[in-house]
Amino acid sequence: MAEAMLELSGLTKRFGGLTAVDHVDLQIHAGEVVGLVGDNGAGKSTLIKMISGVYHPDEGTIQFHGKEVKMGSPIDALHLGIETLYQDLALAENLNVYSNIFLGREKTKPFLGFIQVLDHDTMHVEASKVLKRLEIEIPSLKSQIKNLSGGQRQAVAISRSIYWNAKLLIMDEPTAALGVAEQRKVLDLVRLLRSQNIPVIVISHQMYDIFSVTDRLVVMRRGKKAAERITKETTPDEVVGLITGSEEVERKAGTGS
Amino acid sequence: MPETVLAARRRSATVLWMGRNWALLFLLLEVAFFSILGSRFQSLENLQNIFVACLPVLILGMGQTFVIITGGIDLSVGFVMGFGAVICAKFMVILQAAGLPPSASIPLAAVICLVVGVIPGFVNGTLVARLKVPPFLATFGMYGIAYGVSEIVSENTPISGLPALAGVIGNEYIFYIIPRKLFSFLVRPGNASPEDMRAMLSIIPTIVAIAFIFVIVFAFILRRTRFGQHTYAIGGNMDAATRSGINVPRHLTWVYVISSCFASLSGIMYALKYVTGRADAGSARMLDSVVAVVIGGASLYGGTGNVKGTIVGALIIATLETGMVNLGVPSHNRYIAIGMILVLAVLIDQFFPELVGKGE
Amino acid sequence: MQDQAVGRKIFAFLGEKWASIFLVVLLVVFSLVARNFFAVKNFSNILYFATTYLLLAAGETFVIVTGGIDLSVGFVMGFVGVVSSIVMRDMLAAGNSQTVCMLVGTLVGLAVGVLPGLVNGYLVARLRVPPFIATLGMYGVANGLALNLSEGFPIYFLPTRVQEIGNSFIAYLLPGKAFTFFERPPNLQPGDLRNLIGIIPGTVLVVAVILLLSIFLLRRTKFGQHTYAIGGSKDAAIRSGINVPRHLMGIYVLSSVFASFAGIIYVFRIGVGNFTTFSSSFELFAIAGVVIGGASLMGGRGTLGGAIIGVLILNTLENGLNITGIPAFYRYIATGLILIAAVVIDQLTPERRSTGA
Repeated sequence: MAEAMLELSGLTKRFGGLTAVDHVDLQIHAGEVVGLVGDNGAGKSTLIKMISGVYHPDEGTIQFHGKEVKMGSPIDALHLGIETLYQDLALAENLNVYSNIFLGREKTKPFLGFIQVLDHDTMHVEASKVLKRLEIEIPSLKSQIKNLSGGQRQAVAISRSIYWNAKLLIMDEPTAALGVAEQRKVLDLVRLLRSQNIPVIVISHQMYDIFSVTDRLVVMRRGKKAAERITKETTPDEVVGLITGSEEVERKAGTGS
Repeated sequence: MPETVLAARRRSATVLWMGRNWALLFLLLEVAFFSILGSRFQSLENLQNIFVACLPVLILGMGQTFVIITGGIDLSVGFVMGFGAVICAKFMVILQAAGLPPSASIPLAAVICLVVGVIPGFVNGTLVARLKVPPFLATFGMYGIAYGVSEIVSENTPISGLPALAGVIGNEYIFYIIPRKLFSFLVRPGNASPEDMRAMLSIIPTIVAIAFIFVIVFAFILRRTRFGQHTYAIGGNMDAATRSGINVPRHLTWVYVISSCFASLSGIMYALKYVTGRADAGSARMLDSVVAVVIGGASLYGGTGNVKGTIVGALIIATLETGMVNLGVPSHNRYIAIGMILVLAVLIDQFFPELVGKGE
Repeated sequence: MQDQAVGRKIFAFLGEKWASIFLVVLLVVFSLVARNFFAVKNFSNILYFATTYLLLAAGETFVIVTGGIDLSVGFVMGFVGVVSSIVMRDMLAAGNSQTVCMLVGTLVGLAVGVLPGLVNGYLVARLRVPPFIATLGMYGVANGLALNLSEGFPIYFLPTRVQEIGNSFIAYLLPGKAFTFFERPPNLQPGDLRNLIGIIPGTVLVVAVILLLSIFLLRRTKFGQHTYAIGGSKDAAIRSGINVPRHLMGIYVLSSVFASFAGIIYVFRIGVGNFTTFSSSFELFAIAGVVIGGASLMGGRGTLGGAIIGVLILNTLENGLNITGIPAFYRYIATGLILIAAVVIDQLTPERRSTGA
C-alpha cells in the first residue's frame, strides 16, 4: 500500500450553527480516481473547497505528500499542485486556446532589449504539445474559447492543469452540460490522467460517470463520510441507497489498489 | 466548380473584412460626404484640424479603452480632465512666478499634473477592486468630487497668466515648409513675404505628435504585454483571472490609474491649446470617450476593444464636428448624430456578430 | 454568542436604515449651524426645489429596479420644457386665452415626452441594446432637438399666469389676519407680504400626488411586482409568462413621462422654457438619490420611499450648504461622497437572512 498523496484527518467546517463537514477522514493515492458522491448539501463542495484553499478548516488537518499544509488562499493550493476544475471552468471566453492555457503565467520574450513582450509562438507550440499528449484534437489553437464546444472547453481546462504539472486534480461535475460523445471523451481523459499517475477526485451526480471511471467512491451525507466503497464491489442501487441513507452502513476502510 | 467556390470564399472574406471594419468605412464615407458638400474640407489645414479636434476624446478614450475592456467604465474622466487642466495651468503660473523659465515650468507643471492625476484613479480603482463598488457608481461619485475640487482650486474662474510658450506648444506645428524655399523645424518663419506665407504648409501639429507618442506606447502595452493580456482576461472572466493567480485588485487599480492619468493628460493638452485652465474643460467630453470606444468595437460587458478602434471612433466624432462647422450646421446637431451613431454601433455589433468577425 | 447575534441585528438595522438616519442628522446639524434653516419657509423651499429631482428619481426608480438605467431624463426634461413653452408662447401670440395655452402646452409636452421613452424602450427591450447606451444615445438626441428648437436661447413670452401658478401655494396664512386657500389674501398691505406664509406649494402637492400614485403602482400592483421580478431575474420573469419586452417599454415610457412632468413643472416654476445644460447634472442627482435610497444597479431592489429620502438628503444638503454660505460646488463633492458611502455601506451591511450553506 503506497503512501497516500493526500490525507485528510478529522476535517471539519462550520458555518454559524451549521456543520457542513463533520470530521471527515480521507486518503487519496497516486494514480487513483476517487468519486465523491452525495446529495445536495451533503458537504461535497465544502470539502473540496477546503482542499483547494478556498475555505479554512475549523478542525482537522490536511497532509500533502506526508507533510501538513495550511492553505491561506487558492493560490497556495495551486502552488502545491492541487488544481480544481469547477463547473464554470474558469476560462476567459474572449481569449484563445493557448492564451487560456497560459493564463496568468504567460511566456514572454524581450523586445528592444528591455521590454517583455508576449511570446505567442512559444505558447502556441507548448500548448499544442500538451494537447497532443492528452490526445485532444482542436483544429486551431487560435480560436477563441467561446467558439469551442463544451467538451473541448473541458479539454482545454484539463490541459491547463496538466501543463502546470498538477499533482492532484479535482473535477466538479465534469460532464454536466455535455453531449454524450463529449462526455465519453472527458472520461477518457480522466483515464489517461490516471495512467499518468495523476490522482483525480471526481464529484458527480451521474452514476454512469462514477461507475465507468472511478476506482473508489466516497459517499457523504449530512457532512459526514457515510461510506466508502471500491467501485467494482458495489452497485448503483447500493450507492443511491447510501446517499439517501436508506441503508444502514458501517464505515469500510476502503483503500485504493 | 472549384472556381466559383473560391470566388465565393473571396467574396465572403471581403464582406467579413467590411463588417469588421465598418467603423473605418463609415469614417471614409463621412470624409467623402463632407468633402463633396463642404468647402475646402479636404485641405491639409482642415484635415489636420480634425486630428487636433479628436485629441480630447482620443486621449480620454485611451484610458477608457483599458477600463471598458475590464468590463468597467470610468464616468469621471470628463471632470478629471478639467481637474488636470486646472492643476496644470495653476502650476504653470506658480512655477513661472517662482522664477522658472517656461521651458522648465511647463514640463514640470505637466509632470506634477500627471502625478496628481494618479489620485482619482487610485481612489476609483480601490473602490471598484477592493470595496466592490460597481464601476458606474464609483466613477459617478468621483465625477462629482472631481468637479467640486476643480471648481474650488480654480475658484470658479478660468486660470490665466500662463507662459506664452504653452500656447506655442499647443497651437503650433512641427514642420513648416514654404515650397522650394524654406524648411523649418518647430519654428514658425516670421519674415516671409505675404505670398510665401499663404503658400506655407504647416505639418503635424505639435500636440498631435505628443499625443501620438502616448497612444503608440499604450497601444503597444495593451496588445503585446502581459499587462494588456491580463486586462483582456479580467474582462473576459474575472473569476478565471483570479484563479489563474492574476492579482486582479491590483491590476484593476492600475487600470483606473491609467484612465485618470490619461484624463489629466487631456487636461494638460487643453491648457496648452487654450492657454487657460477651467474646471469644465471636459464636461462635454465624458460620454464622447465612451462612445468612441464603443464605436471602436468594445462591448460594455468587457473583454473586447482595442486602440485602433478607439482612434477610429474619436475620428468619426471629430470629423462630424468639423464637418458640421464647415457646412455651417448648428453644432448642437452633433449630439443627435453621435447619439444615433452610438446606437447604430451597438446594433451592428449585436445583430451581425458574424459580420463583425466575432465568430472566427 | 447571544450578544454577537444581537449586535449583528442592530448593525443590520442601522445599515438598512442609514439613509433616513443620515437625513435626520443633516437636518439637525444644519439647524444648529444655520439660523434660518429650521423654518417652515425653508423646509418649504427644500421641498419646492426638490420637486423636479423627486419626479426624475421616481421614474428612475422603476427603471433601476428592472436592472436598467435612464441617462436621458435630464435632457428629456429640457426638451419637453422647450416644446411646451414654445407651444404656450405661440398660442398666446395667436390670441388664445391663457388657460387654453397652458392646458394645450402641458398636454402637448406630455404627449411629446412619451416618444423618447418609446424609443428607449424599443432599443432596450426589442433590440437588446444595453440601457446605458440606448439612453446615452437618447440623451444626445433629446439635447440636440431641444437646442435646435430653442436655438440656444430660453423661451420667453409665456402666459403670465404660468409663473403665478408655478409659485402658488395651497393655502396662505397671514398670521393673525387672514387664511385663504389657493389665492393670496385680498387687500394685502405693503408690510404684509413679508409676513405672509405660504403653506404647501402647489407644485409640491402635484408631485406628492404623483409620488403617492407611483408608490401604489410599485408596491401594490401587478405592474410593480413584475418590475421587481424582471430586475431579479429576467429569465425567470420570461418563463413565468410576463411579457418582458412590453413591460420594459412601459417602464421607459414611464420614466420619460415623469421627466416630462418635471420639465413642465420646471417651466411653470421659472416662467421660462430652457434646455438643460451639461453642468446641471440632473441625472446624476436623480440616480444618486435612487441609489442612496437603497436601490441596486443590478436590479431587483429599491423602493420609492428610499429614492425620496435619497433625493431629500441631496436637496437638504444643497439648501444647507447654501444657507451656511459654502460655495455651491461643494455639493458635487458631497453628493459623490455620499453616493460612494451608500454603496459601501450596502456592501458591508450583513443580510438580515442567514447565509446558510
